[in-house]
Amino acid sequence: MKTFFQKWSPPVLMFVMALWFFGQLQPPPDKTFAFTEFGKLPVTANGRIVPLDSLARNALLEIREKQTLNAEPWKGWTEKPRIVSATEWLANVMMNAAVADEWPTFRLDNPDLISLLKLPEKDEAKHSDGKHYSWNQITPAIDAFERENERVQKIEAANRTAYENAVAKLHERLTLYAQLKNAVQPAGMPDWPAELDAFEKMIPAGVAAAKAQQAGQPFDQANFTTFAGFIQNFQYMSSLEPPLLLPPNGTRDWRRMGDALLEAPRGTPVDAGIHDYAKMAGALAANQPDDFNAALKDYQSTLVPTQTKAMAKARAEVFFNQMEPFYNAMVIYVLAGLLAIFSWFNLSETLRRCSVWLISLAFVIHTTGLIYRMVLEGRPPVTNLYSSAIFIGWGACLLGLILEKFYKNGIGAVVASGIGFITLIIAHHLALEGDTMEMMRAVLDTNFWLATHVVAVTVGYASTFVAGFLALIYTLRGFFTRTLDADTGKALARMIYGIVCFATLFSFVGTVLGGIWADQSWGRFWGWDPKENGALIIVLWNALILHLRWGGIIRERGLVNCAIFGNIVTSWSWFGVNMLGIGLHSYGFTEAAFKWLVLFVVSQLAFIALGMLPAKWWKSFKVRTA
Amino acid sequence: MLIKKTVAFFSSLKLTVTLLAFAIVLVFVGTIAQADEGLYGAQAHYFKQWLVVGANFFGHKIPILLPGGYLLGTLLLVNLVCAHIYRFQFTTKKLGIQLAHAGVIVLLVGQLSTDMLSREMQMHFAEGETRNYSESATDYELIFINGDELTAIPNRLLKAGDELKIDSLPFAIRVKSFWKNSDANFRAPMMKNEAPLTTNGVAVNFNFRPLPDVKTMDERNVPTAVFELVAPSGSLGTWAASDWAGDASLVEAMRNSYAQQLGMGMAQKIAGQLVAPQAVEVGGKKFAFTMRPTRVKHNFSLTLLKATHTTYPGTDIPKDFRSRVHIDNPQSGEKRDVEISMNHPLRYGGYTYYQYQMDAGQTVQQAGRRPTSVLSVVRNPSWLTPYIGCAMVGLGLVVQFMYHLVGFVSKRK
Repeated sequence: MKTFFQKWSPPVLMFVMALWFFGQLQPPPDKTFAFTEFGKLPVTANGRIVPLDSLARNALLEIREKQTLNAEPWKGWTEKPRIVSATEWLANVMMNAAVADEWPTFRLDNPDLISLLKLPEKDEAKHSDGKHYSWNQITPAIDAFERENERVQKIEAANRTAYENAVAKLHERLTLYAQLKNAVQPAGMPDWPAELDAFEKMIPAGVAAAKAQQAGQPFDQANFTTFAGFIQNFQYMSSLEPPLLLPPNGTRDWRRMGDALLEAPRGTPVDAGIHDYAKMAGALAANQPDDFNAALKDYQSTLVPTQTKAMAKARAEVFFNQMEPFYNAMVIYVLAGLLAIFSWFNLSETLRRCSVWLISLAFVIHTTGLIYRMVLEGRPPVTNLYSSAIFIGWGACLLGLILEKFYKNGIGAVVASGIGFITLIIAHHLALEGDTMEMMRAVLDTNFWLATHVVAVTVGYASTFVAGFLALIYTLRGFFTRTLDADTGKALARMIYGIVCFATLFSFVGTVLGGIWADQSWGRFWGWDPKENGALIIVLWNALILHLRWGGIIRERGLVNCAIFGNIVTSWSWFGVNMLGIGLHSYGFTEAAFKWLVLFVVSQLAFIALGMLPAKWWKSFKVRTA
Repeated sequence: MLIKKTVAFFSSLKLTVTLLAFAIVLVFVGTIAQADEGLYGAQAHYFKQWLVVGANFFGHKIPILLPGGYLLGTLLLVNLVCAHIYRFQFTTKKLGIQLAHAGVIVLLVGQLSTDMLSREMQMHFAEGETRNYSESATDYELIFINGDELTAIPNRLLKAGDELKIDSLPFAIRVKSFWKNSDANFRAPMMKNEAPLTTNGVAVNFNFRPLPDVKTMDERNVPTAVFELVAPSGSLGTWAASDWAGDASLVEAMRNSYAQQLGMGMAQKIAGQLVAPQAVEVGGKKFAFTMRPTRVKHNFSLTLLKATHTTYPGTDIPKDFRSRVHIDNPQSGEKRDVEISMNHPLRYGGYTYYQYQMDAGQTVQQAGRRPTSVLSVVRNPSWLTPYIGCAMVGLGLVVQFMYHLVGFVSKRK
């Protein structure tokens, strides 16, 4: 009979973690400036409607590799450095650059680049942590940087050194920052509301002066100079192509502030939105929270009648950002995975059950996030490399839970939590590349094929990884511990075999569906494109394992080693082929990913070598005969 | 005895396993080599090949002997068919597996026949232009026109040093050089140039240089041939004929690039000199000649009415490529408009027209160019086989999988 503790501890543990998760859904209330509300304003960026909150988080991820800003990074965590939320940071970049330009926003890791820019090293007294620098610290050396950047831009991305990559990256980050600085107002205008007012008042006089100047007639020099100054500023704003902040108005679609301001002299009245943002900018610069909040409310009320849908979508996305389902699921997967591994050693059923309950919770959160994303995007689950990582983790977790349901030996639980954790970590790093809900390019803009081909192929990846992970468990437990008894070994081999069958089905169907898609969109069923070939290799490899097994050429341990090699084959297809930089699918090139891929492949080869060592060296096989 | 042994060999599982292993190696090597050899080059070297000798691996040449794609495909097919005949059993236990393997046979046969029978071409046109032919993207022809009579010499016959005698032409063609891919540059009169290739025709004003073959699918080779025409009465001179002059879209591209440096007026003049007709006269007959992509005539015509390229608001991310086309078929009396876009091809008259490339949208408008569209034109009689094969394998594997799963679950219960 189970004791009370054994019976109730798993649900209680799950309940505690669920409370922890729900506790994070509500952001802390704004004390002074309503930055949280500000973050819910809809704008258009990357071709889609996003809340300013997403714009802020994605920009900070790109520039600083974190979703928040530490304004005092030289302080230790015990000294409570000031943490600035993404929206507060963005509000200041866009409308109060004097403050934002002092914040250490830019993350720099390359020592050569740091010395090129003559930036201070780590020194607490000088308020430098040696990694994060402000716009104002970087810009004094901008000429030297521009020279280097010009040289680097001519080098193909694949041939750049680490330093040159750092230069190119900083260039992208500075450009993004400059775009944001010029999204609401010309960067560095201290009193924007007053300047805007002056500009509007002088439009008739300015236009008259400009017309007279062009016609070669006498004109008012002072008016002409001031007016030309405004126009130049606005032209610069729009030339940077910042996000489109102004909502549709009558016949006009979403527009950039700069473009709208340039239209004003042509007789188009200045949008109410420009005034509302200007009021917010003025209040923020003057440190008047009440005025800021009032101007924000005004602007929101003007949006309500026409932009109801955009506002609802923006709010929904802010909630999603706040929920951080994948990050939270990741934390719970780690906990669950550790519990499951401990359960192998003391064979505690309670620990195993705790782990399964926690994985179920994480899986529910993972699923919620996945579905929420699909609804936000209006797309099937996999649209890019980032979402493929999320989906592989989800599929592997589901398979792991099913295995655990049948075998109840803690193995499925470790697979579920292990792959769940690893894939979400990968997704977390892929998110550093920018907006993860980017729009689909013309040829990919078809939900039917995304829902069939891409999902099937991704399930194929997920299941091949599950088989490989099971095989790793076999080797590690068999070699290093005595816990791999004959029954567990047989059960593992049977699981691997079943999963390989499943993987063959999905990778085959997925690959051929891809061919049919290609036939539909450019008349070529098979084009030997690297990504196609990668998927084909997975199919061939899985088919090869099955035939080797059927022919009795491999047995239990051979199957295990083949399944581990499946990990290499799948990671090659998932990431490796993208790094060749050729073909139709070469979309997700990431520098850092290459290093990790090599490490992964080497580690898997090491495990295979381990798996091939004679049985007498295996701890588990000393006890029994293999 | 020997027959039995042969059959046993060809239907053996060991052969299957060996072939699959070789296939994996071949596909891997053939993928890596694309970085060095390009997609077309790698296809020809590894996949559309019986035996692969030597390979490129991350910029290094490695001595390796591999069975090529054709050989592996054929052997796998033989292996599958033999195994099917030799070991066929009609039992529920094996039903799924049998179906899946039959599906693989359909796929392999389909791909081999596609490889032999399918033809890929392109149709380039600007808005308002009408085409009743498609052009090859890889093959070219040197054509001679005398009135209504056209003689086309495919590029594979143009080998440096060869002399070609063709019945319909009153002269022989001595090929001096043939460059599969070449570059053309205007010989600016003010600058000191090296001596021209020849002192006749287009070569007076343009320098042609050989270039390495293109590597990606989106680029194409632009061939140039230099040859001497020899009539019985004597030489008619050495001439250059280049696809640079024969292909309207290339002429336009060259004009546009010169327009940026020298202004449109000058660029028009240069383009005019590039396309200036070249001809020789023999016995009172005039033979005009040029190099152009190989053409296939259709008995209907397509007119590009409108090419649209839309992007997502505020970005350069392409949202949609779309060509509105008018079909005019004098035989059936059909006159109608259709839209061709990404993922929505037009299947007509045994050909399929896919949206391939496009030069349209705001930037084109601003630059004052005419919007153009390129359709990929494919004729593939076996296009249905992958659909059937995939359905068979998918169904077969599902049947087999469910059979095992049901057995597994009921056993545990």
